[in-house]
Amino acid sequence: MSEEFKLEVVNPEKSFLSKDDVTEVVVPAFEGEMGILKDHISIISFLKPGIIKIYSKLGEEKYYIEDGIIEFKNNNLSILTSSIFNIKDVEKSKIDEMLRVAEETAKDNISDQAKYLIDQKIEVLKTIN
Amino acid sequence: MASLDDLKKRIASVKSTQKITKAMKMVAAAKLKRAQDSAEKGRPYSEKMNNIILNLSEGISDKENAPKLLSGTGKDQIHLCVVMTSDRGLCGGFNSNIIKKAKSYFSRLSSESKKLKIITVGSKGNDQLKRVFGEKIIENISFKDSKNANFFDAEKVGKIIIEKFQKEEFDICTIFFNQFKNVITQIPQAQQIIPLKADINDKEKSEDNYEFEPDEDEILTNLLPKNISTQIFKAMLENSASEQGARMSAMDNATRNAGEMVDKLTIEYNRSRQAAITKELIEIISGAESL
Repeated sequence: MSEEFKLEVVNPEKSFLSKDDVTEVVVPAFEGEMGILKDHISIISFLKPGIIKIYSKLGEEKYYIEDGIIEFKNNNLSILTSSIFNIKDVEKSKIDEMLRVAEETAKDNISDQAKYLIDQKIEVLKTIN
Repeated sequence: MASLDDLKKRIASVKSTQKITKAMKMVAAAKLKRAQDSAEKGRPYSEKMNNIILNLSEGISDKENAPKLLSGTGKDQIHLCVVMTSDRGLCGGFNSNIIKKAKSYFSRLSSESKKLKIITVGSKGNDQLKRVFGEKIIENISFKDSKNANFFDAEKVGKIIIEKFQKEEFDICTIFFNQFKNVITQIPQAQQIIPLKADINDKEKSEDNYEFEPDEDEILTNLLPKNISTQIFKAMLENSASEQGARMSAMDNATRNAGEMVDKLTIEYNRSRQAAITKELIEIISGAESL
């Protein structure tokens, strides 16, 4: 039996990515990283800034996301996010810029939750760098 | 009858108007393609978002304490209407259709003695509404500088609305926009976004039990503001496709009308030219005869 399931990544502008041969997806869920395999129980979860890893026959792909929500149902995984990009395609200068903005925001007076998210973001951006 | 020179000038001016309308039609057609594409591409996101929220709101345990954005404030005294129009004119009935729809809604509200607040998005709507409903307009947002509808702009509008909701400045929020059906048909829509009116579709209704992480309430609290922006973004996309469609058909009509006018004027010009020639000939002949 095949171990593959369908994945669709959509952002508000368009359908970003659609695959039907993924074997595993690791998402940065709110309470920690979560790996999803075929026949996972139906789940809805919130994402925090982090890296989505998609495993398929072709190997591994990594995407950076800032926020989003996932829904898994009947072996269909939908990821809704407003900010996603392939780590391979992004230039170092852009990451630096994002890091700088994030660090500046972190200095402002913001709520605990926002602070938690921005810290996460900084950490993830540093690991990419 | 107008002199030959006048007719010539008129023909030239109608022709140049026709050139302009033709060019505008072409531009609108090109833009329409793009706007239509992005409206279609944007649909999965808002549909999925709606689905998730529907599933969530069914799974929510404590309906009494559900987030206010979902359940409303329990009152319906103050209505906020977000009227979304274009920033540019010359697009046929596009803006007036939305305004008409909005105005009939406003008058129904006032007959029920509800309080009304208006936010206009796009300058054309503001121009048309401020004469009658000037004092009701609390905000006017315009995205003249952005070329295409983008999510960033939608989020800005969403934030303003949510901020006002949290300050309890209104109870019910409705957005007005044109839904794109095809190039000639755009349907003005009124959609209530706060409190959320989920159109419960029996087919979509699933028996599945979801696992939630974190729990339903928390996801919902985070997701609802996003949904507002998403709905507004959807409306903006539909609107921009409709605007281009409406402009295209309006300009097509204008071009055709100008063509007819040129034809008519040309016939008139030829006739009067012929009349002038005949008159001259008669003068010459009768002059020769009298010799």
